[in-house]
Amino acid sequence: MMQGQAVSSSMGNKLSAVGRGAIRIEEVVKIYDPEGAAVMAVDHCSLDIAAGEICMVVGPSGCGKTTLLNAIAGFHSISSGRIYLDGELLCGPGRPKAEPGADRIVVFQNGALFPWRTNLENVAFGPIVQGKLSRKEAYEKARGMMADAGLSGTEHNFPGEISSGVRRRVEIVRALMNDPKVLLFDEPYRALDSLTKSVMHEALLEIYYKNKVTIFFITHDLEEAIFLGHRLAIMTTRPCRPKKVLEVDIPHPRDYSVLTSPRFRELMDETLEAVHEEARKAFELGEKEG
Amino acid sequence: MSKGIAGIRNALLSRTMLRAIISVVVFLVVWEIGSRSKQWLGFTVPWVGHVPAPTAVLTAWLRLLADLGYWQSWYMSLIRVLAGFVAAMIIGIPLGLLMAVSKTFNGIGFPTFEVLRPIPPLAWVPASIIFWPTQELSIAFVTFLGAFFTVVINVVGGAKSIDVRYFQAAQALGSSQWDIFRRIVLPGTVPSIVVGASVGMGITWNVVVAAEMISGGGSQAGGSGGGLGFLIWNSYVGGSYEQIVVGMISIGIAGYLCSETLRRAGIVFTPWLRSR
Repeated sequence: MMQGQAVSSSMGNKLSAVGRGAIRIEEVVKIYDPEGAAVMAVDHCSLDIAAGEICMVVGPSGCGKTTLLNAIAGFHSISSGRIYLDGELLCGPGRPKAEPGADRIVVFQNGALFPWRTNLENVAFGPIVQGKLSRKEAYEKARGMMADAGLSGTEHNFPGEISSGVRRRVEIVRALMNDPKVLLFDEPYRALDSLTKSVMHEALLEIYYKNKVTIFFITHDLEEAIFLGHRLAIMTTRPCRPKKVLEVDIPHPRDYSVLTSPRFRELMDETLEAVHEEARKAFELGEKEG
Repeated sequence: MSKGIAGIRNALLSRTMLRAIISVVVFLVVWEIGSRSKQWLGFTVPWVGHVPAPTAVLTAWLRLLADLGYWQSWYMSLIRVLAGFVAAMIIGIPLGLLMAVSKTFNGIGFPTFEVLRPIPPLAWVPASIIFWPTQELSIAFVTFLGAFFTVVINVVGGAKSIDVRYFQAAQALGSSQWDIFRRIVLPGTVPSIVVGASVGMGITWNVVVAAEMISGGGSQAGGSGGGLGFLIWNSYVGGSYEQIVVGMISIGIAGYLCSETLRRAGIVFTPWLRSR
């Protein structure tokens, strides 16, 4: 259906012009070949994400969304197709695996703060290993950024000593320390209860309004997807490619009052319909969670 | 409020203490009665032979406390244990890390390692005596083997079980290979090193005592300086049964002190696990 043509973004009016962080996914195919039995995880997937856009990638568990994220992050190779960041080829023919870099940072499902480092050391990690800042400068900047994100007082705790919601925030600040073009979220709030989740969503938007990075956000929580996103890319179940791209025409900045707006309900219904069909397919395929 | 909690804690503590005291006292009383009567409470128990009474053991112990030879036994065993243990850590940790990090090295080293690993350290005693020029070195070598394999296995397992997320995150944040080794692999392996060390330390005490018994406790004749294992063996040969028990308890205490020291060192090295 969508094969062959990029789903282009028409975000013009809603996005403040941000020059960096545009992702172009072109005809990406990923075939896993564990024991001769080739499994197609991603099938000719094309998607354009504008600079500064929050693009929510929605689909049932195990549909191959994470494969796409790993390809952008440079953790896994692709079988064919191309991915560009700001017009520069990340991966494509002759270069199946992108180089991981601090311009695209993943916030993981289970969190990846280093447990053996304090929160402050975690946040300061990037600039220090890259040699961009001295240790002292990095700590100073980290303290400032943590304070901006309301994380003062947790600097000298280890990640294991704070709640998972706070941990996720520290992890986002750790990513932002590197001034990334793109943040890649892999269901980061999946394990949180819905109350904590709503707090996290508002905190994330607040951070976003300050920093305006491009956000590629994987989720299967539809409310989360519509509340946060400029657009929703609803993916088909394995193999994965956009089934429907939905614009969320609720203006940013948003707060939790939009959840009760009639437009939100309408979008919810529209999304649900598209997703439900895929969820049933996934269920019938017997896809496991994850 | 805090007083209440303290009160509860004290009560709990005293109850725990009370139980511990009861446990030890009952054990000692049964032992004392058992060793004094040929028949256990009227029943003849044929396989219970001569057991020295706790009071007799205590007397022998008090006498030994003033004996320099007894302390020398402690010293000798401790030195052997530490020599073997430290050597095992110094060689085992880098080797384990290398095997975990390098597939090539693992491919070359692991098969040999896995063939040697199941051989009990005590099976090495004769070969060790032949191979090493001095008795002392051969005992230390056997002790080393006791800790070595455990340390290596724990380091390899620990380093390999570090979650791939941490490597990916470190990579995305711009780490070089060396950064990843230093800032992810090393700290990520420390908890396993601590576990390997404490298990290895336990094995080291098992091995040193047996090695001392078999090899005759080192070059010095006359029993003094032969280590705690030799003290036990010598007491057995000499018919001083109280001293056997003294030697056994001494090893228990020595092993406990070593484990406790390691445990505390482990806490210092893994501050992030303290709150769990």
